[in-house]
Amino acid sequence: MRLKTKTWLCIGALAAATGLAGVPAGARDLTVVSWGGTYQDAQRDIYFKPFSEKLGKPVLDEAWNGGYGVLQAKVKAGAPNWDVVQVEAEELELGCGDGLFEPIDWDKLGGEDKFLDSAVNECGVGAIVWSTAIAYDADKLADGPQSWADFWDTAKFPGKRSLRKGPKYTLEFALLADGVSAEELYDVLSTPEGVDRAFAKLEEIRDDIVWWEAGAQPLQFLASGEVVMASAYNGRITGINRSEGRNFKVVWPGSIYAVDSWVILKDAENKDAGMDFIAFASEPENQKKLPEFVAYGLPNKEAAGMVSEEYEADLPTTEKNLEGAISLDVDFWIDNSEALTERFNAWLAQ
Amino acid sequence: MSGTDRKKHLGSLALIAPLLVFIAVFFLWPLATMMSQAVSDTAVLKLLPQTAAASRGWDPETPPTAEMKAALAADLQAVDDRQALGDMTRRLNSAQAGFRTLMSRTTRALRSEQVPDLGEIDERWDDPRYWQAIVGALSPTTDRYLLAAVDLERDVSGEIVAMPETASANRAIMLRTFWVAALVTVACLAIGFPYAMLIASTDGWKRQVLLAAVLLPLWTSLLVRTAAWFIILQDNGLINTILVGLGLTGGPVPLIFNRTGVVIAMTHVLLPFMVLPIYSVLVSIPDNLMRAAASLGAHPMRAFLRVLLPLSLRGIASGSLLVFMTAIGYYITPALIGGAGDQMISSVIAFYATGSANWGMAGALGIVLLIVTILLYAIYGRLSSAEERRG
Repeated sequence: MRLKTKTWLCIGALAAATGLAGVPAGARDLTVVSWGGTYQDAQRDIYFKPFSEKLGKPVLDEAWNGGYGVLQAKVKAGAPNWDVVQVEAEELELGCGDGLFEPIDWDKLGGEDKFLDSAVNECGVGAIVWSTAIAYDADKLADGPQSWADFWDTAKFPGKRSLRKGPKYTLEFALLADGVSAEELYDVLSTPEGVDRAFAKLEEIRDDIVWWEAGAQPLQFLASGEVVMASAYNGRITGINRSEGRNFKVVWPGSIYAVDSWVILKDAENKDAGMDFIAFASEPENQKKLPEFVAYGLPNKEAAGMVSEEYEADLPTTEKNLEGAISLDVDFWIDNSEALTERFNAWLAQ
Repeated sequence: MSGTDRKKHLGSLALIAPLLVFIAVFFLWPLATMMSQAVSDTAVLKLLPQTAAASRGWDPETPPTAEMKAALAADLQAVDDRQALGDMTRRLNSAQAGFRTLMSRTTRALRSEQVPDLGEIDERWDDPRYWQAIVGALSPTTDRYLLAAVDLERDVSGEIVAMPETASANRAIMLRTFWVAALVTVACLAIGFPYAMLIASTDGWKRQVLLAAVLLPLWTSLLVRTAAWFIILQDNGLINTILVGLGLTGGPVPLIFNRTGVVIAMTHVLLPFMVLPIYSVLVSIPDNLMRAAASLGAHPMRAFLRVLLPLSLRGIASGSLLVFMTAIGYYITPALIGGAGDQMISSVIAFYATGSANWGMAGALGIVLLIVTILLYAIYGRLSSAEERRG
């Protein structure tokens, strides 16, 4: 009998312990989530640490790799463990429509007219303007590709090429290579014939493509000589040139740029501190430091004006680099991403 | 049952209670949730009751009636839960691309005092395809995800038909997943069995070293081992440098971004799961059995085939099962080492779960995978129990 009582006591204690574990132990510190790597290292230096000192409390930072399902799962489960997240333009649109994000207090940011139009949203504030472009190693290819048509030209530039696995960007680049003009690009892609045309163009170099998934991969492939050219994020290309003394070139015409934004997850515990953080990270004095570390464009117009010429030359927002560059059509992708990804996966599997 | 027996019985039940609670909360419940996600389809019906009533009897080939449009406008105006609206939009956009922008434009327009005709807000509302998507989403349960998981769909008249070849390739990817898993299992067996015999035949420090060689990689992160294989297998990696340096091949042998690389890397990662079960069976087989076979005149090969192999079958079966089941779920290794044609089913599930937030589809693919796995396990169970009866 004694033994039995003890057993039950043990089980009771265990159950209590399990129950207690589910309750958060005290308040969580402000948690900011970004895209990792050297980019987040820079953000830590210029945003997270100074803001933590100002706040007098720790600021936690985590990295993620995108994915709308992740945000949705966090918000739907209630009491999300992230407060501020840097999201891509599609996630911003989807999440804002679905009520996953808190509205932005634009008064705290000094008004909407201080920012680029594409950086203003009821649920988000632009954090960076970034671009996907052709990269090649100028030490190995003196006379490198100048356009997507060159990217497709395996006779002129023999060797493998690397593209991001997925329909986004890939279909656009295929149509550009097929002679579609930048102005007509999304009109053509919006038609079933346009999609067929893009896949037919992709078919031409199917066996020459190495697909990448993480942003660092295309540069590794280029550095190891695995591929002769690749699509890559412009900040990473400039970054590896600066950190490893490489001579990788960015082909700006035909590049596609988009805005990443800061959002606050719905009902996040530290949403007020989160709003203050976003305001802090959007101040010209703080934001202007970013291009020294990573070559991404600045959404705050005043900050963009304060960048020195040396760094400005590498930014996607510089006038010279915008020539022939294309703005990502977010509406097209929120409508068609799922259907085209299914088709893209089916095409890959053939 | 006597009182003491019952007490004992209760006591042992109490002891395993934590286990049962754990399994129920962390395994059975999520599994049931996932399975119900794959067939439940209430996102649209919940928000559009008037539209459901108004569209009864509508011929899907004809343009929508004015009542249907008015009912939809009224339904949308009554919605105040944005997350529920988002769920509905995602469900509809998954059936008919375009609903995302259509819904946001429509709900914005409906916020104004003057409610215009839906066709004036966007001409897509006059297109029957969008209404077919709505009507197709009005029953509380659906088989569309399960059908789509095996590349089937229902056409406008409700008949089950195959999807166009360009639209979906889940069946091909599923078959490929099992094929790669089978290749890896065979490769693991071919390497793992002799290695297990080698360990079992040694003792002392030699056995410890050989065992450590199997266990050490097991304690290293999967990602690190995969990245290491990437470095070794690439065109100017270790293997190709040696091959070209020795003049054995003219140029680098393609070992990466193809099936060969995936099988090599996965075999290495999963080898411990083959070696350990076989080893544990082999050490329990008395040495003198092989010697007895030899003294009775059996050729070593014959002794191996008739004595050692049958006795170690259980280890082989559980090792193969472990390797095969683990290999089916592989995701990182094919993504990093494989080419476009080596994508496995988990990466498709991951796309639906984290990428497009289509949990119905992720659940349905999970169910198909689960059913096939259970079938394979049942076959294994039958085989091993037949073995037991024979033994």
